[in-house]
Amino acid sequence: MNVKMKASIVGAAAALALATAPATAIARDTISIVGSSTVYPFATVVAERFGRASGQPTPKIESTGSGGGMKIFCQGVGENTPDITNASRRMKTSEFELCQKNGVKDITEVQIGYDGLALANSVKGQDMDITLRDLYLALAKDVPDPKGGEKLVPNPYKTWKDVNPALPNIKIEVIGPPPTSGTRDSFNELGVEGGCKTFDWLKAMKGQDKDKYKAVCRSIREDGAYIEAGENDNLIIQKLESTPDALGAFGYSFLDQNRGGVKAVKINGVEPDMNTISSGDYPMSRSMFFYVKKAHVGVVPGIEGYIKEFTSERAWGEEGYLVDKGLIPSHKDERKKWAKNAAALNSMTGKEL
Amino acid sequence: MSKTTEKVRKTLARRYRAERRFKAFGIVSIVIGLSALLLLFGDIIGKGHSAFFEHYVELSITYDPETLEIEDANDPEQLRYGNFEGVVRAAIQERFPRVEERQDRRALNALLSTSAGYELRDRLEADPSLLGQKETLWLQLDDDADMFLKGSEKQRENARLSPQQREWVLDLEAAGETRSEFNRSLFTSGDSREPEQAGILGAILGSVFTMLVTLALSFPIGIAAAIYLEEFAPKNRFTDFIEVNINNLAAVPSIIFGLLGLAIFLSWFGMPRSVPLVGGIVLTLMTLPTVIISSRAAIKAVPPSIREAAMGLGASKMQVVLHHVLPLAMPGMLTGAIIGMAQALGETAPLLMIGMVAFIVELPTGPLSAATVLPVQIFLWAGSPEQSFVALTSAAIMVLLAFLIAMNTLAVVLRKRLERRW
Repeated sequence: MNVKMKASIVGAAAALALATAPATAIARDTISIVGSSTVYPFATVVAERFGRASGQPTPKIESTGSGGGMKIFCQGVGENTPDITNASRRMKTSEFELCQKNGVKDITEVQIGYDGLALANSVKGQDMDITLRDLYLALAKDVPDPKGGEKLVPNPYKTWKDVNPALPNIKIEVIGPPPTSGTRDSFNELGVEGGCKTFDWLKAMKGQDKDKYKAVCRSIREDGAYIEAGENDNLIIQKLESTPDALGAFGYSFLDQNRGGVKAVKINGVEPDMNTISSGDYPMSRSMFFYVKKAHVGVVPGIEGYIKEFTSERAWGEEGYLVDKGLIPSHKDERKKWAKNAAALNSMTGKEL
Repeated sequence: MSKTTEKVRKTLARRYRAERRFKAFGIVSIVIGLSALLLLFGDIIGKGHSAFFEHYVELSITYDPETLEIEDANDPEQLRYGNFEGVVRAAIQERFPRVEERQDRRALNALLSTSAGYELRDRLEADPSLLGQKETLWLQLDDDADMFLKGSEKQRENARLSPQQREWVLDLEAAGETRSEFNRSLFTSGDSREPEQAGILGAILGSVFTMLVTLALSFPIGIAAAIYLEEFAPKNRFTDFIEVNINNLAAVPSIIFGLLGLAIFLSWFGMPRSVPLVGGIVLTLMTLPTVIISSRAAIKAVPPSIREAAMGLGASKMQVVLHHVLPLAMPGMLTGAIIGMAQALGETAPLLMIGMVAFIVELPTGPLSAATVLPVQIFLWAGSPEQSFVALTSAAIMVLLAFLIAMNTLAVVLRKRLERRW
């Protein structure tokens, strides 16, 4: 290599470095969305349809998790911050305040629909019907003493039959997501805590010592009965198919897509399906939201169109294409209310949280 | 016989045995390694090969202006809002005229991919004279129907189709109106949430742009650093310190570089999220140590006699380096750079922090448009609920492996061809 060639390489590197400077000045024409991995499968479908139909660039959607999405969303207003964030839970007051502090004053909230948390086992396994109390007793780290009294003992139960004589005599083995996952949060809150609350004296603890209550009611045993399987729900389903006695916890859409291999466990006698989840009869259901940064509407083209597509009946309605992907639609009146709210771009006051 | 020979005789058998045992251990480890590789490849190819093909159904389409709500096929506005799905539905309902219930019709329509309507739009756009005409076309089936047709007897039992839908698909199959074709969209389109329409071209382009940035930055910087440290730098505590740091950097977990990228390039410099330029810069930081270390090794391998001969003929230090040492060390440097690139090509963790783990449908047009990369695409597909994505994931892994093997082969070939023995 001679000197000239060397010089040209250095030149190229310098040119590239210069090219980075004007990059920040170019206005963004693609909608940028961040947030929950639970909402991701639905938001992406809407984005794709919106892109195809409107002829505008398809929005870019990052799967960052609900909390991570809120953090980036609330960073401020401007081209390098996202326009919309998805969440598998409602915005927390602390997050709303963070947004306000950073100048993200006007936020519009839209509820998309519901997601059920399914407990399932292999089609080769036995049919199961458990209560939330059974679930709590089977999986919590400390449970009320089986001999009676208001005392907590380390979880002594080995089989489902130990927990409740009506259940089959098989080992307690539940495969589920790790603590970093939003699905695990919901599992702890809706499932385990739901069962915990059925003990009056534990419920009473909530009023007296909230931290202790949370520690007791949301802890999962660590002696091997609960197996963490990583963030990938498909992996849980594969494991269930090879171990018929184990139960698995994952999002309803995965159950819906894998009916051939796994079947649902009834909770409190209710099987998860579209009706029972949206009505709340099935106890482990949660609502999903997205939040729009109003300051970006009109600056980044297409945000209104995307919102309109998402809140249209052909997307989130009972026969909409999101239902095919596993979304549980909200009730008709609810849909109407949220669609109206979205179209008017009403700002949140912070009081509704 | 002397005492020593006797001693040797006694232990000879044992020493031979030890040697044989040692060789056997070596062979066993190689066999374990190879079988692990075979298992991995077997699993990936076994799962992924079906994704390279997909099923199409033959339908006779009528471009009816009334159904389409299009009067003038030259008007782009009308074309965009044309009811092409309606035409596709009419065609499949014509094939199964006895299906009348609303629910049943929905189930029937669901057999076809949503891409069918877009294809008709593209065809009409290309040839406006088709309006009002009839045409027989092969249209894409939905992923569930496609999975059913691809599956074995047992897999068919578990397919996500209702008994009714199975009947229709079997009917089409028996009539010879379905066929399996090479999955072109896999290599010609970007990501999609419909498995039958999803492709990896977007991710491949994203990887290419990212790698170009990485190469353009890490190669010159790495070589310049290596030459300076090896040929010009004084040997003192400070350069020792730098050397220790470079070696340390090579062992830093890659996610750290992502965090660094987020803090410096996105927050400080205000660079856009999710673009290959930032991805390339972050990966440059990650590969630089590899490039510097291998370049230094290559420079070290050039015999001092060459330098001394050039000096003896009156060349300056810079001439010695640029005219003699660098050309001779180049093959080794290239190999190092290619291996560094291959490592960067398979990286996802640092890209997570700078927003390249994203759903992006548009094909990237340059280092400044939003893009994702191949390993990220694999990660995203692996987490999707639709069953067809399992095969697609493996197919994408095969493509990534092909790239990696190609790059590593190139490195070996370069070394073999350009290498010089002293």
